[in-house]
Amino acid sequence: MDKFITWIDERLPVSNFVKNHLSQYYAPKNFNFFYYFGALAIFIFILQIVTGIFLTINYKPDAASAFASVEYIMRDVEWGWLIRYLHSTGASFFFVVIYLHMFRAMLYGSYKNPRELLWLFGMLIFVLLMAEAFMGYLLPWGQMSYWGAQVIISLFGAIPYIGESLALWIRGDYVISDATLNRFFAFHVIALPLLLFALIYLHLAALHTNGSNNPDGIEIKKNKDANGVPLDGIPFHPYYTVKDIFGLSVFLLIFTFVVFFMPELGGYFLEKDNFVPADPLKTPEHIVPVWYFTPFYAILRAIPDKVGGVLAMGAAIFVLFVLPWIDRCSVKSIRYRGMSYKVLLTLFVISFFGLGYIGMNPATPVLTWIGRLFTLIYFGFFVALYFTSANEKTKEPPDRVTMHD
Amino acid sequence: MSNSNKPSNRRKFLTNLTQIMGGVGGVFAVIPFLSTMSPSEKAKAAGAPVEIDVSALRPGSYKIVEWRGKPVWVVRRTEEMIRNTLEDDKVLSDPKSLGEHQPIYTKNKYRSINPEFLVLVGVCTHLGCSPLYKPNAKSAELGLDWNGGFFCPCHGSKFDLSGRVHKAMPAPSNLEVPPYYFASDNKIIVGEDGEKS
Repeated sequence: MDKFITWIDERLPVSNFVKNHLSQYYAPKNFNFFYYFGALAIFIFILQIVTGIFLTINYKPDAASAFASVEYIMRDVEWGWLIRYLHSTGASFFFVVIYLHMFRAMLYGSYKNPRELLWLFGMLIFVLLMAEAFMGYLLPWGQMSYWGAQVIISLFGAIPYIGESLALWIRGDYVISDATLNRFFAFHVIALPLLLFALIYLHLAALHTNGSNNPDGIEIKKNKDANGVPLDGIPFHPYYTVKDIFGLSVFLLIFTFVVFFMPELGGYFLEKDNFVPADPLKTPEHIVPVWYFTPFYAILRAIPDKVGGVLAMGAAIFVLFVLPWIDRCSVKSIRYRGMSYKVLLTLFVISFFGLGYIGMNPATPVLTWIGRLFTLIYFGFFVALYFTSANEKTKEPPDRVTMHD
Repeated sequence: MSNSNKPSNRRKFLTNLTQIMGGVGGVFAVIPFLSTMSPSEKAKAAGAPVEIDVSALRPGSYKIVEWRGKPVWVVRRTEEMIRNTLEDDKVLSDPKSLGEHQPIYTKNKYRSINPEFLVLVGVCTHLGCSPLYKPNAKSAELGLDWNGGFFCPCHGSKFDLSGRVHKAMPAPSNLEVPPYYFASDNKIIVGEDGEKS
């Protein structure tokens, strides 16, 4: 066996790779609950790829047969329902996990120097993931697939001058049609997964360059022992592989419960209107995007102007990209940051949930006004953060990570 | 070949030039790929403008043609009908057609190029049913204040004879006016803006 490994290592340094990235890759020893979600996101990514492959085996990307082929998967293909529900539930859970993963970065300042690029790759993954989810949602060719896509693509039409031709180019037809379905299928199963794969690779490569941040927001590489091992570091394998496997077990408990007992989750994961085949001549009563888009959708609706709404929605996502440069506080973790950041982050989270709720509901005048208030808070967070963070009254972070044992 | 490790200016120039030319070629190579995503000839043919001959249309009557899978109406309005639409303002939710539901050249009080001919997409802006043509004023069905217009049988939205929605109706906005122009006095092309506009 040793000889075989040596033979391999001389040709491809596998042992070195395992050492550098697992058995002798030192991660801070004080990871907490919020540090599960990166590993869980990778798990769901793989789950989506695998279930996706098995779905394409029976799915037909053709406007005339797409809806029926999904029903065929659900009723006639052996275990087809499980594969499909794993995929559809997986999409929603992907966003649960990613939102928590991003929130973790905001709690502990994980996007700060020297991890700005890591954050940018993460944000790109987030945007591509939204595109991936949006295009995937068209494929069952239900009413909500169709009209949701109609609404989103017409957003591009709001861009001055080039908008209409751009929307036409995206659709490949004057209305959403077979041409649109076919290309969305191509993007959903080939183009975007490949791009996502590349970006996840870069995200991890950037992560392993400087190592993980931690709940105390201090650099463990500043305190090393005689062998150059960080004093507050523990090898990723076995310590964090075991921790992540435990987290995965708990996650799977919740995930499979949803898959088996409530895959539609009351219309939040799979909307009721999507069980009706797409009908270009009949608009559903309320066109609502799936829950993970609703915060941004609410921002879109809050602005009483089409172009303005689209710009605001774009800005709501773009502003996250530049967060590392908006937040000018040198202390990373919320544990040692000033009151201003704690208040701002709380307001931000409230506005995000509030917008999510509003985006799911019909636009009544009252909700629209509350939506505007939350939109103001959402953007206000970044403005206020820019001005308060430079002179924030922070506590002194410790030299070594703190443990509660 | 010299033994110096420093590339000569000549070599640097040639390398840069090659890179630029390669880059330009690369950019042009993208065009066919992106072009495949434009509407195909088949899609273009199916979405092509339609020609409507209105010479046989009697005043007060209307005609339905199909354009991009949707019904398009052409109504030849009488003097009286045109007068009636101008009286409707107080019952309409958007009498001045401020919502962008028509091309700019029909954003006027008649919502048309020539007041005599009204061109509309016959799809209710509520849930996509096709409203009915009810041109006669003061009908038993629609009440004494009815000035003629369109009535959606699905959820009861009312529109006046310019396709403008009445106040407090399920339909949120006026009926859509498609892009169109007059090729001649009796020929309307729907689906394309005229050259003059």
